[in-house]
Amino acid sequence: MTARVDELLLRSLTPGVIGVLVRRGADFAAAEDAAQDALVEALRVWPADPPRDPKAWLVTVAWRRFLDATRSDAARRRREELADEEPAPGPAPEADDTLQLYFLCAHPSLTASSAVALTLRAVGGLTTRQIAQAYLVPEATMAQRISRAKRTVTGVRFDQPGDVGTVLRVLYLVFNEGYSGDVDLAAEAIRLTRQLAASIDHPEVAGLLALMLLHHARRASRTAPDGSLVPLAEQDRGRWDTGLIAEGVEILQAALARDRLGEFQAQAAIAALHADARTAEETDWVQIVEWYDELARLTDSPIVRLNRAVAVGEADGPRAGLAALAELDESLPRHAAVAAYLHERDGDLGTAARLYAEAAHRAPNLAERDHLTRQAARLNARR
Amino acid sequence: MAKYLMLKHYRSTEKTLDCAPMDQWTPDEVSAHIRYMRDFAAKLEQTGEFVDAQGLAPEGVWVRYDGEGRPPVTDGPFAETKDLIAGWMVIDVDSYERALELAGELSAAPGPGGEPIHEWLELRPFLAAPPTISE
Repeated sequence: MTARVDELLLRSLTPGVIGVLVRRGADFAAAEDAAQDALVEALRVWPADPPRDPKAWLVTVAWRRFLDATRSDAARRRREELADEEPAPGPAPEADDTLQLYFLCAHPSLTASSAVALTLRAVGGLTTRQIAQAYLVPEATMAQRISRAKRTVTGVRFDQPGDVGTVLRVLYLVFNEGYSGDVDLAAEAIRLTRQLAASIDHPEVAGLLALMLLHHARRASRTAPDGSLVPLAEQDRGRWDTGLIAEGVEILQAALARDRLGEFQAQAAIAALHADARTAEETDWVQIVEWYDELARLTDSPIVRLNRAVAVGEADGPRAGLAALAELDESLPRHAAVAAYLHERDGDLGTAARLYAEAAHRAPNLAERDHLTRQAARLNARR
Repeated sequence: MAKYLMLKHYRSTEKTLDCAPMDQWTPDEVSAHIRYMRDFAAKLEQTGEFVDAQGLAPEGVWVRYDGEGRPPVTDGPFAETKDLIAGWMVIDVDSYERALELAGELSAAPGPGGEPIHEWLELRPFLAAPPTISE
């Protein structure tokens, strides 16, 4: 019998291992490669031979890999002896190392997909294969994407403060846009955002964490057993995770109390108002509209105005929602779906059915297309 | 982060009508065309944008269910068609503009005399996974 490797522990140690190697003089790209080698080796060796001190084990193996890759044989042997004598790293610099890694992996010079891949590998401690599977691309492609990303950030100093905003956007993408594979990307995004919140005091980091927790709490109720989407109003609220909701609300309230509002806090506030309603009818749509107004001021995003039109439709009636919608560009994604919903609420089933069909035609994903097609069919059958 | 299918149609147009079928090119021209495709795929692998590439045999048949207990109906083969799908490539890119750029580049594969054959490529987005945050 061999024990299962505690993969989460292993992954949580990865940024610290990279940090130690960088502080010993390795450049980031080489340190990251060596840490990944050590991680893959740990997955192979630990089940039969678990280490007493996992982090020290990883640092030792990673350092040897680094030396193998970069030094001549003679120099390597000398350095290996040195490495073996070095004490295990203390906890103090670790939080800073991890924070610097977040900044580096989400550096503004990287494209979104590169930043996501690099963050999942260097900060998340996922293997290239796992990341490739999560995004449905070949492993070789993902390996190239990651090494290009590392070349792009070569020369970025490891000890300079970065931009929290870009880090948050990367984590949001990991949470919001992934396929379902072996790796639970939503859970991983939450883990990484928790870890970030532990190393930096920032209301928007807290806001994003709250937003993720509040949405994750509803995950089980969001899809039917056959995989079809269940809209918010029809979800079984008894299946919402009250523990996650309570935690999300608490984190959000502490963040809002600091009076430095940002878009993630505002989005989380909307999610919290939904989570707070015991039935769909009890939803406080008036407050939700106010939060969408805040959000529109903060982001000026047409998607926000589209969602606001839905909320206005609930707060002030479908005619008011349609009036708000009339100010928006019809080419917006999901515009037809929102229009269909508001027309149905207004009793115009013919227009609603036609718009649901049009929305299905323009749906960006299969689950939504199926859902909208069923809506159109439902109305057409009723007429 | 969006996937696109680039479908290679060998569709007749004013430009491609002038172009002789591939079996009437010189061997070097055929090799140059194939090398262009291979290099293009290799380049995309290097940029981390390559997902898949497959060629299709020209012979295909149409198949249709014909009721319980009966063999499926087939029709064809249709080798002589004006719109022959020769293969596809799947890419994973950051933007629609990038997908257009790559499709244009693939369409510039050389034919007789090393000139681009201007073949039509159909670019179709994949339906993605639904987002976690929906309202």
